[in-house]
Amino acid sequence: MADVVATAEIPEIVPTRLLNDQQRVALLRWMLHARIFDEVTIRLYRQGKMFGSVFAQIGHEAISVGSAAVLQPEDAIFPMHRDLGAHFVRGVPLRTIALNHLARQGSMMRGTDGTGHYADPQRKLYGNISHLGAMIPVAVGYALAAQLKGEPIVVLNYIGEGGAQTGEFHEGLNFAAVRKAPFVLIIENNQYAYSTPTTEEYACKKLSDRAIGYGIPGETIDGTDVERVYEATFYAVERARNGEGPSLIEAICMRMRGHAEHDNASYVPRELLEYWKKRDPLLRYQRFLIDNGILSEAEIQQMRREIEAETVRVLDEVLQLPFPPAEEAFKNVFL
Amino acid sequence: MPTMTLLQAISDALRYEMRRDERVFLLGEDIAEFGGAFKVTKGFVEEFGKQRVINTPISEAAIIGGAIGAALNGLIPVAEMQFMDFITNGFNQLVNVAATTAYRWGLPVPIVVRGPVGGGMSAGPFHSRSAEAWFAHTPGLKVVFPAFPADAKGLLIAAIRDPNPVLFFEHKGLYRKIREDVPEGEHVVPLGTARIVRPGADLSIIAYGRMVHTALEVAARLESEGASVEVVDIRTLVPLDEATVIDSVKRTNRVVITHEATLTAGFGAEIAARIADKAFEYLDAPIRRVAAFDAPVPMAPPLEQAMLPSAEKLLDTCRQVLEY
Ligand SMILES: Cc1ncc(C[n+]2csc(CCOP(=O)(O)OP(=O)(O)O)c2C)c(N)n1
Ligand SMILES: [Mg+2]
Repeated sequence: MADVVATAEIPEIVPTRLLNDQQRVALLRWMLHARIFDEVTIRLYRQGKMFGSVFAQIGHEAISVGSAAVLQPEDAIFPMHRDLGAHFVRGVPLRTIALNHLARQGSMMRGTDGTGHYADPQRKLYGNISHLGAMIPVAVGYALAAQLKGEPIVVLNYIGEGGAQTGEFHEGLNFAAVRKAPFVLIIENNQYAYSTPTTEEYACKKLSDRAIGYGIPGETIDGTDVERVYEATFYAVERARNGEGPSLIEAICMRMRGHAEHDNASYVPRELLEYWKKRDPLLRYQRFLIDNGILSEAEIQQMRREIEAETVRVLDEVLQLPFPPAEEAFKNVFL
Repeated sequence: MPTMTLLQAISDALRYEMRRDERVFLLGEDIAEFGGAFKVTKGFVEEFGKQRVINTPISEAAIIGGAIGAALNGLIPVAEMQFMDFITNGFNQLVNVAATTAYRWGLPVPIVVRGPVGGGMSAGPFHSRSAEAWFAHTPGLKVVFPAFPADAKGLLIAAIRDPNPVLFFEHKGLYRKIREDVPEGEHVVPLGTARIVRPGADLSIIAYGRMVHTALEVAARLESEGASVEVVDIRTLVPLDEATVIDSVKRTNRVVITHEATLTAGFGAEIAARIADKAFEYLDAPIRRVAAFDAPVPMAPPLEQAMLPSAEKLLDTCRQVLEY
């Protein structure tokens, strides 16, 4: 795998006609937010100041941002654990994200859970649980209800290529296909599930080939090209909204960090990382925006500085906050 | 005798059985080169190869179902759940296939499903669960929950040699916390044998897993207050060594049962019912239980501490029972 990839070409960003320059700048901003949140939390983790695990999504920015950006506010989104970008796209304030991640007082989950597991029903965002695959049938059920109620919404759900090996993946997607549910599932194939390479996860060439078995469209795309992700998601969402049923998209990327920050990922060949570094979804898009005269280098650096300052400030503030009080443990087991 | 942590003792048992019996093999997520999330199988793939240390896809139903099938075909699989919380994804295989095979077909299913459980690490509701009661409630499954390294080794070897499906719970808070001398080589602790880890005359604490250590701490503190407390580690929930428990209660006449799992329909209820049934006339005080509050295990430390049973809560309850 490593040597095949090392000699592979780095594809150009393929601009889509579906986006205007203002939208492109928004995409970059969201990608920067996701990247910088990771950079800052990684730093805090190293300093021993973080709470909980840091599942960096570096390398995934184009997938969660490019796809979530397609949705309308009424549409629902069920992210996985490397979809921080989607939370920003949905308009969840940085402070809210930080409160939930760090399980601080004021978190929507009252300290009962952390990371991106929260739900923000107003923004139609429903977080994952740890059990991989568990949310696929749930997201399908959400889509089914919309269909039954005659609401023209679409549900966008994500899963890792590792999570795509759970039984719930199959049951959920098949159910969606049979009912023609307005559902789009994106597999974020980042080459690894913890330490396990894809060769030990599945034996097919492309995970999108599975779509044939479900009788739905499927395609594999470059998950490091945000324009490509936007376009593929756009057509899948349009199809779902028109009552033509679900689609499966496999977006290829690379997990650029360990599984979480405790893991130095020494099992990942260095050449593989070197190659994917050149395909960095953020840097490639920055280069594209500069080359096309949409933003200048200076403007991007300015954006970066602003977002970084804001992220550092918010995380520092939230880390100063207490955890919710012990009594919260005894509430809401039932409503 | 070498000194080992609970984790090392578990590795030692696995290695010993794999060297001794070619039929024993391992399967689970990230267990080969990586050595597993907690490193229980570190170095195993180098010694036993990729055929006997199998990395699986994230498919717990296939791991457990596959283990059952391999057992039907003459092998002895030991399956690792990366966290025991994920055993839910293989629940059907355990409670419907594995648990009924002896009864229906008269065939052995010599599998072990093992992995880390328990809270106290701010790991949230999906990485902290104590799931043993679900399985203790399923006839046909044996349930083991060691508290000490030597017991862990001896019980795991017994579990691997047992012709029935055995669930083996390892509290991750104990993995590297306690060390003790562990017999080298052959060391078997029969399933269904409890152990009095501290003898006493005034009160029995019946415990398993991490709470055995909490009970020992509480017993030491009560000793300074003049009470002699016995601590019984049941070690296996199924089969339960009822005789040792009943005998202890008959001698001390007072009993507190404790586990980290939630209270309602927890295994403590079963122990309490047996004591009420078999030793009622020996009791000088009501049977009391100290367990987790009936809620998912929360993540933020103040909530988690409030939810889980603590030494303070156990101490308090023991004092009440002693003063009754
Ligand atoms: C059902 C289940 N089994 C095991 C785990 C432990 N686990 C957490 S993340 C992970 C790897 C996930 O890989 P993938 O789905 O590819 O997502 P990635 O982390 O690579 O983005 C594993 C094995 C889990 N969370 N759920
Ligand atoms: Mg992956």
